Amino acid sequence: MNLLFIAWRNFRYRALSSFLTTLSLMLGVGLVVLVMAIYGIVSEAFVRNAAVGYNLVVGPRGSALQLTLNSVYYLSQPIENLPYTEFMEFFPAEERARMVREYGGDPALGERDGVYAGFVAGGYAIPLALGDYFGEFRVVGTTPDFFEKLRHGPEVDQPFTFQDGRALKTFTPENQYFECVLGSRVAAQTGLGVGDTMNPTHGDPEGKGHGQGFQIVGVMSPTGTPNDRAVFVNLEGFYLLEGHAKPIEDDAIIVPPERDPDDPRPPLLMIPEREVTSILVRNGNVMFAPGMQNRINESGRAQAAAPIGEINKLMSMIVGPLLSALLVITLITCVVAAFGVLVAIYNSMNDRRRDIAVMRALGARRGSVTWVILFESLIIAIIGGAAGWLLAHIAIYGAGTFIEQQTGVQVGLFSVSQFEWLLLPFVILLSLLAGIVPAMAAYRTDVGSNLSA
Amino acid sequence: MLTIANLIKKFQQPGGGELTVLDVPRFEIANGEQVALIGESGGGKTTLLHLIAGMLAATSGSIRIDNIELTRLSEQGRDRFRAATIGYVFQTFNLLPAFSALENVKLGMSFGNGRVDHARAMDLLDRVGLADRANYRPKQLSVGQQQRVAIARSLAGRPKLLLADEPTANVDPASADLVLNLIIDSCRDESIALLMVTHSMEVAGRFERIDRLEDINHIPALKQV
Ligand SMILES: Nc1ncnc2c1ncn2[C@@H]1O[C@H](COP(=O)(O)OP(=O)(O)OP(=O)(O)O)[C@@H](O)[C@H]1O
Ligand SMILES: [Mg+2]
Repeated sequence: MNLLFIAWRNFRYRALSSFLTTLSLMLGVGLVVLVMAIYGIVSEAFVRNAAVGYNLVVGPRGSALQLTLNSVYYLSQPIENLPYTEFMEFFPAEERARMVREYGGDPALGERDGVYAGFVAGGYAIPLALGDYFGEFRVVGTTPDFFEKLRHGPEVDQPFTFQDGRALKTFTPENQYFECVLGSRVAAQTGLGVGDTMNPTHGDPEGKGHGQGFQIVGVMSPTGTPNDRAVFVNLEGFYLLEGHAKPIEDDAIIVPPERDPDDPRPPLLMIPEREVTSILVRNGNVMFAPGMQNRINESGRAQAAAPIGEINKLMSMIVGPLLSALLVITLITCVVAAFGVLVAIYNSMNDRRRDIAVMRALGARRGSVTWVILFESLIIAIIGGAAGWLLAHIAIYGAGTFIEQQTGVQVGLFSVSQFEWLLLPFVILLSLLAGIVPAMAAYRTDVGSNLSA
Repeated sequence: MLTIANLIKKFQQPGGGELTVLDVPRFEIANGEQVALIGESGGGKTTLLHLIAGMLAATSGSIRIDNIELTRLSEQGRDRFRAATIGYVFQTFNLLPAFSALENVKLGMSFGNGRVDHARAMDLLDRVGLADRANYRPKQLSVGQQQRVAIARSLAGRPKLLLADEPTANVDPASADLVLNLIIDSCRDESIALLMVTHSMEVAGRFERIDRLEDINHIPALKQV
């Protein structure tokens, strides 16, 4: 019979005490695994959400984090706006000239390329206008490009799809400029769907209504991104809402738009009246991104932020330390559990001294009886550790649907987080440390005096 | 097979100072010989058995078993030697409570050179009449039955010398007879030398050779210094 088997028999013999110490270690390890998983899910969720196909967010000067939170996550306090001309800087001369003809404005704008047009080269720039709410959800004014060009998913290669209806269009005869699309959570939570009307409120969730409603033409499929909890409205319609036109300055040079007298479409806001909150930019060649970012930041008019960088900063500044603290606390739980193992085994040493002496009388060496004790604490560690690990994973897996709904992160039964494998050596080390005190007592056990009847 | 010469054993006293318990100029047992050792309580009989088994280190002198000088072995060496050569039966049963009767017997083979031999373990249990109790825990056995399992265990490692320390003191007279016969007969059958400590003249009477500790040991129990 080997020493491990002897340890196993002792473990079983003191069933209640073994069970309780194993249980406490199991809970400790389970907690650590849970925290590690939450850590992994939270950071993945943040990074995933920031990965929506664009690499820069351009917005008014101020906090880059707040710009990111607003434009990517639709969170935080609303920020200032940029003049529309800033958006136009991402386009070449002929596109700018088209905008001037269509909306009306200074013809000089159409005579040169936008200063950042060269950096975009084959990429895109999509405008966002924020500031309105629909209930608790942010209203995002944007163009049909948003639905055509952005991608999401783990590989950032899946286009947005619709569980009902279609993407919004700039103009349709039936809805004019007032079409909107609901994110999946908005639709689920409000019960609204295609065919209903959505009335945004101005400024904040309690702000007063605009009067003008938007026709819901589509409900997006879940994406696991913040887009699930946003309402997208046509930018042109957004501009036409009461109070959304910027007052024109006195010295503005404006040539009115070229309009076909028979055009049934109502006139749009002119360029000096237009504002955007932020611009999502993807460079055709990502190598151009840093150069463009510098140009924008040096311009003094706007700032460009890399969302992933900002989010990583946020993670490492706030979320990371918080979770690390949580992790340390749960690791301490393990240490406390291991201490329980020590106390339990040590308390039973009085009963065991005689057993140890008997084994020694049968020829067992000091080293052997020492190992029997260490093995017993190892058995507790391995069973407790494995059970805790398994239980935590079953719990995470059980909550998988919920987690995916909330964060878009998919968790498998055995999706292991980054440092989880270190847990096994950690627990084994702990248990050996816990076993050492009683094991030394076993080592020192005197044969003769413990065998005298 | 056993030769002791000028053996001295001193203990550290709790209050400091040393206590000489044994001073044995000469003591011998031949191969397969069976010896009863009697003597006053506190005289040093158990201490002598512990020394012979290598569980205690002698203060000075020589203990030679099968041409191995025990006093020159390290503690590990004595452990290995004990596992291979000595069988030991205690006064109280000293079965390990976490193990079944059969496993207790197997423990007797676990620390020596030989492999754990299931058939032999069952055979030994059968010899002590407890084959049907192989899977019982010590708690589920009577005191006499426990002592019989202990005898089976002491024989498991095929020892050359069996040391028995008052093996019958705690069992009822009928069981005592059974236990005694088992020890004596088994040792004879397997040519194992036997040294049995006893207080009972009736038990000692079963032996051809009866030694009194007072004759062997120069230190009388009441005059230990
Ligand atoms: N570990 C020890 N430390 C100090 N003294 C000891 C130790 N072990 C035994 N002694 C002393 O050695 C003496 C002999 O003890 P031992 O147990 O050998 O006697 P014994 O002949 O077996 O007695 P009994 O017949 O009562 O079992 C006693 O005086 C005892 O106090
Ligand atoms: Mg004694």
